Amino acid sequence: MGQLSGPTDPTADAHWHTHEERKGFFTDTSICIGCKACEVACKEWNHNPRDGDLDLTGMSYDNTVSLGASTWRHVAFVEQDRARIEEARESGRVLVSLGMPQVRSERDVTTSVTDLSGGDLSGVDTTPPDTPEFRWLMASDVCKHCTHAGCLDVCPTGALFRTEFGTVVVQDDVCNGCGTCVAGCPFGVVERRSDGTAAPTTREGQKKGEQPPIPNKGVAQKCTLCYDRLVDGQTPACAKTCPTTSIKFGDHEDLVTEAKARVAQLHAQGMTEARLYGANELDGVGGTGSVFLLLDEPEVYGLPPDPRVCTADLMTMYKRAAMAAAGMVAAAAVAFLGRGGRGA
Amino acid sequence: MANADCIVLQGGNMAEAHPVGFQWVSEAKARGARVIHVDPRFTRTGAIADRHIAIRAGSDVVLLGALINHVLSNDLWFKEYVLAYTNAATLVSEDFRDTEELGGLFSGFDPATGQYDLQSWAYAEAGGDGGVGSPSGQAGEHGSSKSDRAAGDEHGSGGPSLEHAEVLRDETLQDPRTVFQVLKRHYARYTPQMVQELCGISEDDFTYLADSITQNSGRDRTTVFGYATGWTQHTLGAQFIRSAAILQLLLGNVGRPGSGIMALRGHASIQGSTDIPTLFNLLPGYLPMPKVGVHDSFEDYLEGIASKRQKGYWTHADAYTISLLKAWWGEHATADNDWCFDYLPRLSGPHGTYQTTVGMLADEVEGYFVLGQNPAVGSANGRQQRLAMSHLKWLVVRDLSLIESATWWKEGPEIDSGELRTEDIDTEVFFMPAATHVEKAGSFTQTQRLLQWRHKALAPPGEAQSELDFFFKLGQRIRAKLADSTDERDRPLLELTWDYPVDGHGDPDPEAVLAEINGRFVSGPDAGKPLSFYGQMATDGSTAGGCWIYTGVYADGVNQAARRVPGGGPSPSQHEWGWAWPADRRILYNRASADPDGKPWSERKKYIWWDEDQGKWVGDDVPDFPEDRAPGARPDPNIGGPEALAGDDPFIMQADGKGWLYAPKGLVDGPLPTHYEPWESPVANSLYPQQQSPTRVVFAREDNLGAPSAGTRGDEVYPYVFTTYRLTEHHTAGGMSRWLPYLSELQPEMFCEISPALAAERGLENNGWATIISPRAAIEAKVLVTDRVKTLTINGRAVHQVGLPYHWGVGTHAVVSGDAANDLVGVALDPNTQIQESKAGSCDIVAGRRPRGQALLDLVADYQRRAGATVDTDNVPRVTDPEAETVTPRPDGEVSGEDGFSRW
Amino acid sequence: MARLSPLEWPVLRQLRSGDSLGRGPAVTSPTTRAVRPRNATADRVVQSICPYCAVGCGQLVYVKDEKVIDIEGDPNSPISRGRLCPKGSASEQLVNAPGRQKQVLYRAPKAKDWQHLDLDTAIDMIADRFIESRRNGWQELDDQGRKLRRTMGIASLGGATLDNEENYLIKKLFTAAGAIQIENQARI
Repeated sequence: MGQLSGPTDPTADAHWHTHEERKGFFTDTSICIGCKACEVACKEWNHNPRDGDLDLTGMSYDNTVSLGASTWRHVAFVEQDRARIEEARESGRVLVSLGMPQVRSERDVTTSVTDLSGGDLSGVDTTPPDTPEFRWLMASDVCKHCTHAGCLDVCPTGALFRTEFGTVVVQDDVCNGCGTCVAGCPFGVVERRSDGTAAPTTREGQKKGEQPPIPNKGVAQKCTLCYDRLVDGQTPACAKTCPTTSIKFGDHEDLVTEAKARVAQLHAQGMTEARLYGANELDGVGGTGSVFLLLDEPEVYGLPPDPRVCTADLMTMYKRAAMAAAGMVAAAAVAFLGRGGRGA
Repeated sequence: MANADCIVLQGGNMAEAHPVGFQWVSEAKARGARVIHVDPRFTRTGAIADRHIAIRAGSDVVLLGALINHVLSNDLWFKEYVLAYTNAATLVSEDFRDTEELGGLFSGFDPATGQYDLQSWAYAEAGGDGGVGSPSGQAGEHGSSKSDRAAGDEHGSGGPSLEHAEVLRDETLQDPRTVFQVLKRHYARYTPQMVQELCGISEDDFTYLADSITQNSGRDRTTVFGYATGWTQHTLGAQFIRSAAILQLLLGNVGRPGSGIMALRGHASIQGSTDIPTLFNLLPGYLPMPKVGVHDSFEDYLEGIASKRQKGYWTHADAYTISLLKAWWGEHATADNDWCFDYLPRLSGPHGTYQTTVGMLADEVEGYFVLGQNPAVGSANGRQQRLAMSHLKWLVVRDLSLIESATWWKEGPEIDSGELRTEDIDTEVFFMPAATHVEKAGSFTQTQRLLQWRHKALAPPGEAQSELDFFFKLGQRIRAKLADSTDERDRPLLELTWDYPVDGHGDPDPEAVLAEINGRFVSGPDAGKPLSFYGQMATDGSTAGGCWIYTGVYADGVNQAARRVPGGGPSPSQHEWGWAWPADRRILYNRASADPDGKPWSERKKYIWWDEDQGKWVGDDVPDFPEDRAPGARPDPNIGGPEALAGDDPFIMQADGKGWLYAPKGLVDGPLPTHYEPWESPVANSLYPQQQSPTRVVFAREDNLGAPSAGTRGDEVYPYVFTTYRLTEHHTAGGMSRWLPYLSELQPEMFCEISPALAAERGLENNGWATIISPRAAIEAKVLVTDRVKTLTINGRAVHQVGLPYHWGVGTHAVVSGDAANDLVGVALDPNTQIQESKAGSCDIVAGRRPRGQALLDLVADYQRRAGATVDTDNVPRVTDPEAETVTPRPDGEVSGEDGFSRW
Repeated sequence: MARLSPLEWPVLRQLRSGDSLGRGPAVTSPTTRAVRPRNATADRVVQSICPYCAVGCGQLVYVKDEKVIDIEGDPNSPISRGRLCPKGSASEQLVNAPGRQKQVLYRAPKAKDWQHLDLDTAIDMIADRFIESRRNGWQELDDQGRKLRRTMGIASLGGATLDNEENYLIKKLFTAAGAIQIENQARI
């Protein structure tokens, strides 16, 4: 039996005999220029149809809005004024250990999906640089490829599977579109590709470009971490194209080390707002394969602050259910015996 | 750029326009380089920069001039470099008068023609009083040779001609006529306070910028500037770049690793299309097209390009020209007929795209080829462009899809407004499907002069074909139809070399064309062999070559542009990837990377240096200098040519071998950059009485009215500044992006970006609609209200800017469409480059969608009437009359009620 | 089908592989097990350069069955090191764009719509018009009697997206024809 929570090696857990290093992304949002090459490279490689109704959202330069069945990379754009920047810096500072985790409650610190991981900052000059009047955050979001993946654990058909690279992939030919995984994902990443939303729309006086036939209608879709490329030793399309290496691909362990070093570097420059997301294997999903360096609270980027896999407590629940069942059986037995006794 | 210690991105938005090039900026920044972005908007470049400095569009010369002043008055210039490598010590003619003396004009201005006589800008003459006479009796002033009126573009690879290279210098720089002292006086009033007043930049930001640049310049450190169309698209665009060049020369930031001024160009081969020009005023290799009255004889022509007595490689222009003529007319080009020089048509003035547009409107131009470009969307004053096309007899559009320039006759905005009716338009339109970049082989020249060959991956689909194929076959057909002609004027066509080898489909071999461009020996022992470098070109007709600066790209019969050694090989200059012109040099003027004695300025910035033992220049690049010219060599400057270059003359294409702080010629609007307001501007020029550039090229026409500039009647009607730009997600006029679903969905609709203050002033809501009105047109756009656009305080008054991406156009074939920002832009040009001022104009903005049909025309006309805009507005008089009646600026938004026109 | 061997029944695979929760190798489908990246199936890979901006990023073009199946950055390029921007990343869609026009179209004077012409006819018609407009707009001398030898009847716009070789032929043909009004994006 594999584990359903806590630190683990998900590949071994899934009983792969051909064991590869766990692969993942480290997305360093501090060097993202918001070009969206990742979004396009992902779509081109996976031949995902274009999304939505081709309307401007009015949300800065983000017209993609969220991850979905046909959008497996999404760049968020957040415009912030000085007050918010100071708050971010302060909230980061709170996360920074002034010795060791103690600021938040123990559970918050040890199981939070965000962590500073920059290590001990004592002795480092953390005087913040001039706080700018304004900043524009950009961050490319993607499937987290959780250590404990809710989507995978709840899939009744075996369409979702853990690959030998420790990633989580939907098999289009197996999925029956039941949608259980959609609810099972604590990040809202998985979506079924419906017929309606992906079809080209028409507006008054405008003919929209036709698209090739839309594949995999009705089937759950999400980032595969380019499983087809990984089996051939290639880099996933988004990471390969990223102009500034904001998206890094590699062995998960190395990436987490690199991410921690980068946070430490930014902290040393006084940017206490920098923090990691998904690098804590004690969080509610056992850490994620896709690790992020953020410059503000996760909510600012539309990420859940404290995701928990729905099956995390499954074993406890099983035990309790078993105990409850046993109790009921016992009660019934007692009652039966009691009646029997009375009848006797 | 990756080697720079400080990177200033101004007049360009590199992260958005060149994301992949930006990796080198990111890398420099990660290494500790400081990155500063100066732009009207906080862009995606600003998001990564150490600091973004908001500037009012069109005021860059004030800022750069103030930096020059800062460097000069605080003695921060790089002394050894400036003294040895620039013309700082050179004396200027006594006749020269600066803008300080003449209210914003230089000496020599003729208000009747709107042009300068460049005579008085010349260097002072030896043995004279700086006056006109010269020993030979001819007008020997440096400023007076035959290429005076040449546009700056013609000097793309070299400086303009000087009669000779003998100059007077005062190495102490004390003489008030030295360039150094002239410069000091010219910029004395460009102060941080002036920057605050005209650019809207705080003194704190100015100090930060000035300190960043000066602290990162010198022996050990270098600063680089990156610009794009934010500098070129102004009525004084060339001077924007000149002002950065002066600053960089003063700081020793030219010709060295991590230095310079990088033009960040926007098209795959925009550099190539200037080198091998599809431009009216040039022949390949920046040789000028001959002009009537100036270049009537071949002798005049050659004399006009470069005097034999000046220094440097331009003195061999005769060999380059004759080789070009031999390449084109082969055996027919002989010494007896001046190598067919008379087969070249003559110019009589500027024949740029906007002059051509006027020619179409006057029914002078009958046929028009539009090749991978979309003028209905991408050119200034789009309505004028489309109306002009409706006057054509025939139009050929070659593109990948049915762009707006191919469909204006059935679905353009003028059909909707009722100005044009499809059934009345006589224009024949041919749409010819084009091949994509993978369906043809050929070379692009990228922004750093690197030629890279593309191999053909597969055949074009359907009837699509490359331009090479199309024009080759069109040429064949034309020649066949004229084959029996005895008309003398058909001879240039019939005698043209047009016999390229073809493949099985009759398509010409692009490598054969590249070989012709490279050149070959026509006669002699090596007859038929490719040339290896342009020095082999001869004046006796024994060589042919289509573009001298590209000679070497086919050296040894090998396509050097196709070199693909991974990573470019082990050398730091990455020589083994593609081929850079000229002669595969990666950094131009790299002699300047060593000190006057030939030693590296510092270990950190070592690049090219003099090796005493080998007796030659060595280093990480091909030396851009005579290889064996010792640093101490001082040949007689009068011998002319490369032989005359002294060992410390790094600027080998300039007539005197020096970097020009002061340009005695080459620019037609002034020897020194001077701030003028844009053609139309709601801001008054506080530096000079002269409001606009006196030499601006204008088109005083009803279809191209200007908004009244600050201080004139009606200036409140178009109170805001608009500026246009591109987004990462789209490409220019959209022909290669709005037809692609993946790009279209990322930026689906035309929008404008405005500050919260302007939104409040005009009642505009985020993601609501706005109508933007200029004297040319009214367009609608969605609204993005954002702190990324700041309201600036200029001359004590709030100035709002409206940001407009220009990628959308009106049609039904693209995945996404919308109104075109360029419809708003007026046609007013830089006299040097004939580039239009797209980066700063005047507009109004109101909430809601624009009206349709006739009501749209009424709206535009109503604004024009209220503003009192006429064909004279901003055009006549050229010289601002300080006595003219002016009005006091009203507070923003207040409408002049006296005319009885209400705001729409 | 052969793959339906009883040993391949999921429950047996689950037991056999030890993947008792059915989350790993036990649930992989034959398609999944046979997966290969599309670009690895290409008949040829061709080196190219991105057609959008002037940075000049290297591209690798993957062709299969005479169709472009993928375009990616060329990691060997010292300019771009394998990276592409969103436009460069979309180049496969540029080539295979659903809205791409692949046939010649002609709109006659006053016509309300396009009609198809074959390529050869179109080039022939353009050649005729070229010759006629060249003559109509010919200027031999200026008003002072100096040679002009040019035509103002024909103009051209474009080139910055074209190859050097193409620009060269355009300039050469136009100049020989005496047509001087040639411009491109470099001045816009």
